[in-house]
Amino acid sequence: MLQPPTLPTDYTVKQGHIKTSTGKTIRTEEMIINMGPQHPSTHGVLRLEIVVDGEIIVDCIPHIGYLHRCFEKHCEHMTNYQQVIPYADRMDYCSAMTNEWAFALAAERLLKIEVPERVEYIRVIMAELQRIASHLIAVGTYGIDSGAFTPFLYTFIDREKILDLFEMTCGARLLYNYIWIGGLSHDLPPKFMEQAKDFIRYFRPRLKMLNDLLSYNEIFVKRTANVGVLPKDVAINYAVSGPQLRGSGVNWDLRRDDPYSIYHKLEWEPQVGKGEMGTVGDCWDRHIVRMHEMEQCLNIIEQALAGLPEGNVKAAIPKRIRPEKDAEIYIRTESSRGELGFYIVSDGTASPFRVKARGPAFVNLSVLPEIAKGGMIADLVLIAGSIDIVLGEVDR
Amino acid sequence: MTAQEIFDILKTKFGDAIIETKFDTMQPWVRIAPNKTKELCSFLRDDTALQFDYLSCLSGMDYSNGTFGVVYHLASIVHKHKIVLKTFCTKDNLHIQSVSAVWGTANWHEREAFDLYGIIFDEHPDLRRLLMPDDWEGHPLRKDYKVQEFYHGMKVPY
Amino acid sequence: MEFIQTLLANELVVSILLSLLPLIFIIAYALVVLYTEMKVAAHIQDRVAYMRTGWHGLLQPIADMLKLLQKEDIIPDKADKLLFRLAPIIAFVGTYAAYAVLPFSSIYIGSNINLGAFFLVAVGSLVVVGILMAGWASNNKWSLFGGVRSAAQMISYEIPTAIAIIIVVMITGSLNLQDVTKFQDGGIGNWVVFGGPLPWSQKLMLMPFTIITFFILFVSSIAEVNRTPFDLPEAESELVQGFNTEYSGMRFAMFYLSEYANLFTVSAVGVALFLGGWSSPFGTFMSGPVWGIFWFVAKSYVFVLIQIWVRWTLPRLRVDQLMYVSWKVLTPWLFACLLSVGLILVL
Repeated sequence: MLQPPTLPTDYTVKQGHIKTSTGKTIRTEEMIINMGPQHPSTHGVLRLEIVVDGEIIVDCIPHIGYLHRCFEKHCEHMTNYQQVIPYADRMDYCSAMTNEWAFALAAERLLKIEVPERVEYIRVIMAELQRIASHLIAVGTYGIDSGAFTPFLYTFIDREKILDLFEMTCGARLLYNYIWIGGLSHDLPPKFMEQAKDFIRYFRPRLKMLNDLLSYNEIFVKRTANVGVLPKDVAINYAVSGPQLRGSGVNWDLRRDDPYSIYHKLEWEPQVGKGEMGTVGDCWDRHIVRMHEMEQCLNIIEQALAGLPEGNVKAAIPKRIRPEKDAEIYIRTESSRGELGFYIVSDGTASPFRVKARGPAFVNLSVLPEIAKGGMIADLVLIAGSIDIVLGEVDR
Repeated sequence: MTAQEIFDILKTKFGDAIIETKFDTMQPWVRIAPNKTKELCSFLRDDTALQFDYLSCLSGMDYSNGTFGVVYHLASIVHKHKIVLKTFCTKDNLHIQSVSAVWGTANWHEREAFDLYGIIFDEHPDLRRLLMPDDWEGHPLRKDYKVQEFYHGMKVPY
Repeated sequence: MEFIQTLLANELVVSILLSLLPLIFIIAYALVVLYTEMKVAAHIQDRVAYMRTGWHGLLQPIADMLKLLQKEDIIPDKADKLLFRLAPIIAFVGTYAAYAVLPFSSIYIGSNINLGAFFLVAVGSLVVVGILMAGWASNNKWSLFGGVRSAAQMISYEIPTAIAIIIVVMITGSLNLQDVTKFQDGGIGNWVVFGGPLPWSQKLMLMPFTIITFFILFVSSIAEVNRTPFDLPEAESELVQGFNTEYSGMRFAMFYLSEYANLFTVSAVGVALFLGGWSSPFGTFMSGPVWGIFWFVAKSYVFVLIQIWVRWTLPRLRVDQLMYVSWKVLTPWLFACLLSVGLILVL
């Protein structure tokens, strides 16, 4: 019989007494509830052990590892660096292009490969489209968490159009194996430009509609403003990144501050939470940062489509991948959820010696106990939703 | 700030806690003593010229010659510079001082390193397994790891 | 033939048959509202719902009912068996009892008691007992949460409902729902929501207050039925169906039926009190005992549709915000309306 693990410290449930106005005393006791691995709104197999006093949360202990698939161990046994790309896809399955790009970037720096400019532009277009798709999932499921069932279906309609673009290019809708080390697996098909421009024209008014329906809805604002406030210093101390960090007011975006690829040539603004509806760093800020970021992504895609040069996307793909002995590198990129980093150590052979994947969802989730304390159970669901975790990345 | 300048500041302050450096790679690193990590990292975080307030990544390492280690990738949001720190320890003395009091994010990273490598972090508030089940035997990412045959009656290797 | 005649001559048999009429109505109505809900939800969400069972899914509610009827009856091991079995029955009884005083038509009302409105409020609390029992008996912490939240919610929202009813009673002078409806007979201008059949000066002064009262009654009745934005007791996103979690098959069908029957009840109460019940809005055109049933059901159905529409649009309120709305927003406004209506009627 499998025994469930116990709480970390010797946790004894606190008991108390309340004196009523008639002079009697009522005995109270904290309750330990399990928001188990299977739950409609923990966004995957996450187990949250909550200690509650009535409806107020006293402590919240996340248990992860239900989706651990030994990504790092697999990488050490690959016969080729290119073989890692499909596995990297499956880490953060809602945002696969950015995963592949981070790993390919790390390997290219190790091997000192220069990719053609066309490859860089296409990679930016794909990553930004993927960012929009990932944020659409985040926003849609956040609506469901708060009880609004309709925005989810609207965001998925928009997402279908992005997935059509991906399917047209590389044949897959969710897990692509598209961005290879040194280039891409396929060039853009002839109809891509036209369809991408159609999508941009179609999506801008839909963003406005989504904002009217969900973000500025009075009930939604009441549920998310001043809830789960993440102060700036706590966020930086916990190495939070991505929309969560920017929602707390820190103007830090790796595409601008640690630039890679051609982002420095494009004009766009990182979006920062300003505490419009409550305090800076509450759930509403994180949500609205994601909504505004989608708009910026559209700008980036437009500029990249306009400036797309000609070239051969497979020109720089190496035949043999054998980095120098003892070469190691840590690359950080801005994925949809935050700072996705790969630390690759090579020992001179064709398979990596050590690959460490620093998943943004893993680090962002570690701050959950800090910001959930003192709130209610209903708030916990919204706070976990605003962190936007994907368990594939948390557990790898 | 370049790696050389950071190394000079550290060397003057901590002397023998800094063991060696390597500057001719793509990302220069500084090796520090395993029992002084917390002091050093506190200084790196709080000193106004350095201000490494962001711990990007903390990775456990098994160098397959009996040496284990931890690699810290630090960054600074204020000054926008980066540095890599390394500590090593041998297999029979797998103790490294924890830095979870300096950066809150190190808590989970160190738990993962403990879970997958068996490195014990002294002064860690809550060192338990993170990704593997709590009653798993062995530390999976070690180079000499043999997977266990059965787990609660279920056959593990398939 | 003679047997049926003797049967119908017996008063007891006749009264039992008449009291079963709302049950037949509820079942027929449940099938219609199930279909409506899924189609309205689908079209709001920019998709089509069932299209394969029957033409455009018309036979789907029957399929759903058949499915629920033949499901296995699971009772958790450690659950309180008596309370677990009793809870859906009590919840349904509370809902069904309210149908005794709904004036379906000028010739049919289940029980023409002089305390109709008071009886409604009293019997609606039985549903709370049923839900609380379900939450406790399931031996499941999440169901307990759902049950307790629901009890708190329904009890707090009975206050605005009761005060709204009092305001109508002040204008019409009777608690008997049939009398209230007869009071509003004669066309749309006589409806209480527009001030009732009073002289124009009084009507104009009363109208803002009655409209506000009607709106507040509508909002608190959505809360009474546990629908979004007040559906915390069965909040799917948090509590995995809340107090309903451990129920399956026929028992779940009872809760489901009772929820939809409740939808109709609260809409019907609002219609009977404010919108003229079974009376036709055109005065004498299209009025009569049989037309009365049509108007009553049609007007209530419009509000059922509005409730379904609101459910699929708005997010959900948190528990303390729910309480805040009831005690600190709706109740003070209603007291203000009560005082104003009283003053206007006296002057």
